[in-house]
Amino acid sequence: MDWQSFWLTIRLAVLVATVLALLGLPIAYWITYSRWRWKFIAEAVVALPIVLPPKVLGFYILIALGPRSPLGRWWQSFTGHTLAFTFEGLVIGSIIYSLPFAVQPFAASFAAVDQRLLAASATLGASKLRTFLELILPLSLPGLVTGIALSFAHTMGEFGVVLMVGGNIPGVTRTVSIDIYDKVQAFDYAGANATALMLLVISFTILSLVYALNRKVWAVWPFK
Amino acid sequence: MNVETKPDVIVEEERASSVRCALSLQLRKRFQTRDCSFELNVDLEIPAGITILFGPSGAGKTTILDCIAGLTTPESGMLNLKERVLFNGEKGIDVSPQNRRVGYVFQDLALFPHLSVKKNVQYGIASLPASEREERSRQILESFHVAELQQRKPSEISGGERQRVALARALVTDPAVLLLDEPLAALDAAIKSKIVDDLRAWNESHQIPILYVTHSREEVFALGERVIVLQNGKVIAQGTPHEVMTAPRQETIAVLAGFENIFDAHVTAIHEDRGTMTCLIAGSNVQLETPLVRADVGSALRVGIRAGDILLASIEPAGLSARNVIPGRVISLAQRDVIVVAKVNCGVELEVHLTLAARDSLQLQPGREVWLVIKTHSCHLMAS
Repeated sequence: MDWQSFWLTIRLAVLVATVLALLGLPIAYWITYSRWRWKFIAEAVVALPIVLPPKVLGFYILIALGPRSPLGRWWQSFTGHTLAFTFEGLVIGSIIYSLPFAVQPFAASFAAVDQRLLAASATLGASKLRTFLELILPLSLPGLVTGIALSFAHTMGEFGVVLMVGGNIPGVTRTVSIDIYDKVQAFDYAGANATALMLLVISFTILSLVYALNRKVWAVWPFK
Repeated sequence: MNVETKPDVIVEEERASSVRCALSLQLRKRFQTRDCSFELNVDLEIPAGITILFGPSGAGKTTILDCIAGLTTPESGMLNLKERVLFNGEKGIDVSPQNRRVGYVFQDLALFPHLSVKKNVQYGIASLPASEREERSRQILESFHVAELQQRKPSEISGGERQRVALARALVTDPAVLLLDEPLAALDAAIKSKIVDDLRAWNESHQIPILYVTHSREEVFALGERVIVLQNGKVIAQGTPHEVMTAPRQETIAVLAGFENIFDAHVTAIHEDRGTMTCLIAGSNVQLETPLVRADVGSALRVGIRAGDILLASIEPAGLSARNVIPGRVISLAQRDVIVVAKVNCGVELEVHLTLAARDSLQLQPGREVWLVIKTHSCHLMAS
């Protein structure tokens, strides 16, 4: 069991899920309520990581973060090193890769909030921000939990993007899934099994928790 | 709109006090869907007190409320609430719903499901200091008799209680106009009239215009001081419920009011011992036995009879409890869906609805002699 790559992965997943919770809410709000004519293009861009092979995505993120891109150059002039093959680069890549897994459940649960409740809130004088904080957020709690848990679990297990953007630097970019790949390459099946099993158990636990929390009958709490 | 066509009632009230015409609106809005187009086009002056917006579904009732609340934007027109301009298409004024001071009780109430009754009621007065917020929510919940439910969620109280909470939530903000979109449609008459009494009591001291949307004619008679009848986005009549609903100048209103047969009549005899009286339909020699109302012999009134309340017989019936058996002749028969609409002449022309099977078993056809059977209590008397 490689604890170093395990904790690195947990750190990465927590960070990515946190950023996505903050970043995903305004994006999902905009996608749900905007009446902009070209909105569907933005929706398609957000959803791209679901259908695109991770290596394709990883390749372009690598190029975008590399020293030849404006973003990469700016980062380099700012910090003295490139984003590629660093933990920060890995975080950025994972955020893009997991974005739809946060935004789509958020947007779906926002859209499920009855329009008449929002209209009632407006006629009662509440601003859009107050309506969002006091009505939309609490009423879409199950969707928020789902989105955050899915982006966490999805980041935990990603491989293609990590390999392309981060490479395989122990303690910096070597995540659990890359560790498993390495062990299999080296015929260390027992080691691979221990790590893979850990990943399986964590993912299963998170998903069970999500579905349990989202059970309708428990929507409030199992007592009255 | 031509002012002359407005009923006198409204004009008189305008003259009496300009303050009472608290809400004035001219709204135009078009909707275009693939297979139908709808145009809302109304000019209305609405004084304080309860005004009923009545009409079939799709007449534009809810759209008018949404325009007043600012939830829908009209294409053109203007909307003034006392001296405040809420909307003016020409000047580009469109006050946001948050700043209109409009109380709106939606058809499905739209209570916030995750908040307690108290939190729901306090939602619209969040900017007030806590002590005043407590005081005002307590007062309004007491005046609507739901103070003991403060801590409950909307899902834990009855339908009637939810209506009361929704009213309280809208009124606690001290709105300048109250919009009610069929809020009491699902309640039984007893609970409904109690809630309306509380609403009237509240409005005694506040004197704001209350617009009440309904498509139920019972509610029009029970609640309204004034009624505005809408059809296809246009106002087709306005006045007191009795003026509009019982003396309809247009056929559509008579049909909306549910009376296919409406006649002028006068009282020829009063039978106080039996609780009935006899009325003669004007321009005929048809005598009808009707329920007793406060009237003198010779006084004029109107009789309304629903087409579905009239029985037809092919031979003269005997041994009936129904008091009115009138001979006549079938003029025409027409099929509408699964009912047959028969026009029968018995000195006046009456519309009768019957089933297809009844038509066939009586072998009805134009020219055939029939007897009309009408129960005393199927004759609805209205002031002339």
